[in-house]
Amino acid sequence: MSTASSIDLQPSAGARVWAWFTEQGAALGILLLIFLAWEAATRLLDVPVYILPSPSVIIVKIYADWALLMDNAWASLQEVILGFGLSVVVGIPLAVAIVYSRIFERVAFPLMVSLQTVPKVALAPILVMWFGYGILPKVLVAFLISFFPIVINTVIGMRSVEKEMIYLAESMGAGQLQTFIKIRFPKALPNIFGGLKVGIGQAVIGAIVGEFIAAEKGLGYLQLIAQVRLDTPLLFSSVVILSLMGVILFNIVVWVERMVIPWHRQITERVE
Amino acid sequence: MTAQREMITHSANDVSVEVAGVTKHYRTAKSGPVHALDEVSLNLGSGEFVSIVGPSGCGKSTLLMLISGLIPVSSGTIKVGGKPVNGPVDEAGIVFQRDVLLDWRSVLSNVMLPVEIKRLDQKAHLNKATELLHSVGLTGFEEKYPSELSGGMRQRVAICRALVQSPGLLLMDEPFGALDALTREQMNLDLQRMWLRDRNTVLFITHSIEEAIFLSDRVAVMSARPGRIAEVLDIDLGRPRGAQTRSDRKFVEYIDRVRRRFLAQGILSES
Repeated sequence: MSTASSIDLQPSAGARVWAWFTEQGAALGILLLIFLAWEAATRLLDVPVYILPSPSVIIVKIYADWALLMDNAWASLQEVILGFGLSVVVGIPLAVAIVYSRIFERVAFPLMVSLQTVPKVALAPILVMWFGYGILPKVLVAFLISFFPIVINTVIGMRSVEKEMIYLAESMGAGQLQTFIKIRFPKALPNIFGGLKVGIGQAVIGAIVGEFIAAEKGLGYLQLIAQVRLDTPLLFSSVVILSLMGVILFNIVVWVERMVIPWHRQITERVE
Repeated sequence: MTAQREMITHSANDVSVEVAGVTKHYRTAKSGPVHALDEVSLNLGSGEFVSIVGPSGCGKSTLLMLISGLIPVSSGTIKVGGKPVNGPVDEAGIVFQRDVLLDWRSVLSNVMLPVEIKRLDQKAHLNKATELLHSVGLTGFEEKYPSELSGGMRQRVAICRALVQSPGLLLMDEPFGALDALTREQMNLDLQRMWLRDRNTVLFITHSIEEAIFLSDRVAVMSARPGRIAEVLDIDLGRPRGAQTRSDRKFVEYIDRVRRRFLAQGILSES
């Protein structure tokens, strides 16, 4: 595809925003309706704020406590990114080892699959006992919980190479390394990104659960404090910020995916 | 242009194939040991187009894999270009039924894959690749991704990939098996045209009796497992062959003969 033609095909920014609105119109409308009903109900029924704050109260609270929320969000974000990063750095090489080594395939893989049935969240108190109140136990929970989808998807992706392709590579005289770099790894990229998209969401869960157990900072910690103080608006504000963080992180992964594998987007769009 | 043609014809020369008394057993996880080929002997002269027809599971694909050197024989010998096969054969280009193009590479870069892997001269082969794509009507598609192409176009790209290094031997394993009937007929014509130009040695595996006879100088008919060569037919039809060939009386007689052979073997049954 030439650059010229793709530029020609790009609609103007205004047109794109309008297209987005018309496409998402129904969903946005329903969401707006829910918030309006929520707002109206809390006002008409005079619901106490500590039971259910109205959306307007939450918005005001977020604005008022912005610095506090951001400070704690930053702490959680660090845990998420470190845990997720660790999953990527450990998970992908491990997947490569599983695909290429019989020992890893026979020993590490089944072991990992059976460990997957252990609820990682249940390990959080143990990790806190071992590693204390600092950032490390949260990073480890985030890592443990986001690690599995990344490994399994990478393994599936690398195994999805057709045997004919491997034969062709062999007939061209390709060695293991060339086959990996030129065929197996790029072939696995769509699956790897699939795993990363699941993993990033899991890492957020892991970090927050870690904070619930024991923490001095973070949005999960802030929620515990708010709960003790019956500060329901702050509880809701934390949920809003957490959700935003999750959405933004997910979209960053999607954006990287589009940069790295533009060809795959074309295939999926074609299927749709 | 002319110089390149000469280069092509030159490298396409003198790759004959000798298969002598080849037997192949292998083990499968599900059904235990399989006797795939039994004492198969077949020679391909250089520049000859030979097809193998036979029922599913008769070992015709196995024979192709053995000749390519990707799997070893159990007994017997195979020589390609006079040299005994012992590992992947360098002068062979292979086309499978599935095109197995790499989705993340453009058409041109898919065709260039063997050049890259073998670390051959990129520039010289880039011309060759462009020329090949042109010869199969894919000029203008060089920078497209495979997902933007039809099945027939994808298989053309796979053929160009097999031909980019000017292989003396072209091994094709049911290359048009997944295409619709009309595309298949067109591919037969295109393949014939390319072969008449390059005159490389071709081993063509197919289920289609008609396709085998249309394309080949000789057709080897195989029996059901364990695969044996039941008969080898010389196809005495002029070249280039076209639409009128298919209604030629001799063409119809060849088809009839192969069909009767399958009937006699019980591979086809009328009752």
